[in-house]
Amino acid sequence: MKQIYLDYASTTPVEEGVVKKMTDFMSFDGNFGNPASRSHSFGWKADEAVEEARNNLATLIGCDPREIIWTSGATESDNLAIKGSARFYKNKGNHLVTSKIEHKAVLDPFRQLEDEGFEVTYLEPNSSGEITVEQVSQAINEKTILVSLMHMNNELGTITDIDSIGELTRSKGIIFHVDAAQSIGKIPINMSSNKIDLLSISAHKFYGPKGVGALFVRRKPRVRLEPLFHGGGHERGFRSGTLATHQIVGLGEAARIAHQQMDDDFEKLENLKRIFWEEVKDIEEIYVNGDSKNKFPGILNISFNFVEGESLIMALKSIAVSSGSACTSASLEPSYVLRALGRKDELAHSSIRFSFGRYTTEQDVKETALLVKSSVERLREISPLWEMYQDGVDLDKIEWA
Amino acid sequence: MAYSQKVVDKFEETLNNPEKASVGRWKPGDEDFHRVGTGIVGAPACGDVMKLQIKCQNIDGENRIVDARFKTYGCGSAIASSGQLIDMLKGKTLEEAQAISNQEIVDILELPAIKIHCSVLAEEAIHRAIDDFKSLRNND
Repeated sequence: MKQIYLDYASTTPVEEGVVKKMTDFMSFDGNFGNPASRSHSFGWKADEAVEEARNNLATLIGCDPREIIWTSGATESDNLAIKGSARFYKNKGNHLVTSKIEHKAVLDPFRQLEDEGFEVTYLEPNSSGEITVEQVSQAINEKTILVSLMHMNNELGTITDIDSIGELTRSKGIIFHVDAAQSIGKIPINMSSNKIDLLSISAHKFYGPKGVGALFVRRKPRVRLEPLFHGGGHERGFRSGTLATHQIVGLGEAARIAHQQMDDDFEKLENLKRIFWEEVKDIEEIYVNGDSKNKFPGILNISFNFVEGESLIMALKSIAVSSGSACTSASLEPSYVLRALGRKDELAHSSIRFSFGRYTTEQDVKETALLVKSSVERLREISPLWEMYQDGVDLDKIEWA
Repeated sequence: MAYSQKVVDKFEETLNNPEKASVGRWKPGDEDFHRVGTGIVGAPACGDVMKLQIKCQNIDGENRIVDARFKTYGCGSAIASSGQLIDMLKGKTLEEAQAISNQEIVDILELPAIKIHCSVLAEEAIHRAIDDFKSLRNND
């Protein structure tokens, strides 16, 4: 059966050209040298490739290449940024600010810092999934040393106003970290005009390889971090460990392509989202999660009331999507992001995230929309909740056993 | 979620031919409704709700389940477990049905450990439906 991939927010395929470039940096006939080897051409060539990649990424985000640290991915970048800055500046204060809709790679380091004695404020989004500059302004105090917020939410596609928040944090001398794993290469970001101090980047979300990422660390004003890894002092001492040349080359090449294609990609995604939404919008009792004006068109999160998300995924078996339903998670908890929006738990259970990307076609989204319509209808036929709703029963007034 | 082929088959059977899979309901006003016991278990906030109805008939002095219908809101294994339960119920006396254990459903469908609660829900549903049927009889 032909599978339609609509889970680009989870990961993306690597561009063929990128794969080719990467394989040139692995075998004996290729350029396998250690970029840290200063004594021979094998090392010099590898170093040259790593620096070219650094330049490509710097061009994409508008920064000085020396502000980029290679890491193993956004999880490491988040850990290094959050734990590294909090621990380095702990004598300045012990209060940190983040939000309830952050990725686990951000929330977990904060939990760890709480164990180390830091106090953390977790901001709640409004019902559209937005964290505002006003909320940040109210949350910070004279002991605040770090604010960490995501640029684009991975479940909702909502975009945070990082420029305004950066102005605020800079004026107060607070470090501002942004997890940009979902947004890099998809929407513009300009580090030379914004006031973000630390920015986490992941390659596999923008058609690069898995297992590699980067952390932007601002030079002016200088941001300092306590490293997580100690060793050979690579990456200006921020991140020891031999550089994974082929991975970094892959990230750099993906960044170069993203820089060229970003506008076209974005326009295409807007069109796909419009086509998809036209097809599904008339289904009764559906709710768009994260219904913000400032939103990325590549992610559409919809709750289909009275239908459980995992069963819908099983019915859509030729379509690869993900759900906020508890049944698809190992913990049996529904999505904490959807719950943070103040939606009822059942709407979290009923949610599906459709995420479109560079290889998605109009035919793909049309086919998916049709299948969604018929599957929702069929699952509602077997749903006792739909039956009660049709009978006019108020489900909130029932005492469930 | 790595489901067994049995769960997938049962789920698809139900979805593709709901009538044959005994999806449906008896409602007040239907002929014989007084012989139908209903059990509803689970909660929307937990992600699964199972509604089971059994139609009983006194045959040779014993109440037997002659027909059953269900509707289920829940994950694939909850829907498959309901369908499996239905298959097991028909023709059984109330006593025999009462004795059905969730483990039988787990074994037949090869449910993964994390989905065992779906089978527990099915067991609870039959207990509720039997209790409901008995309470109706007491009211006669």
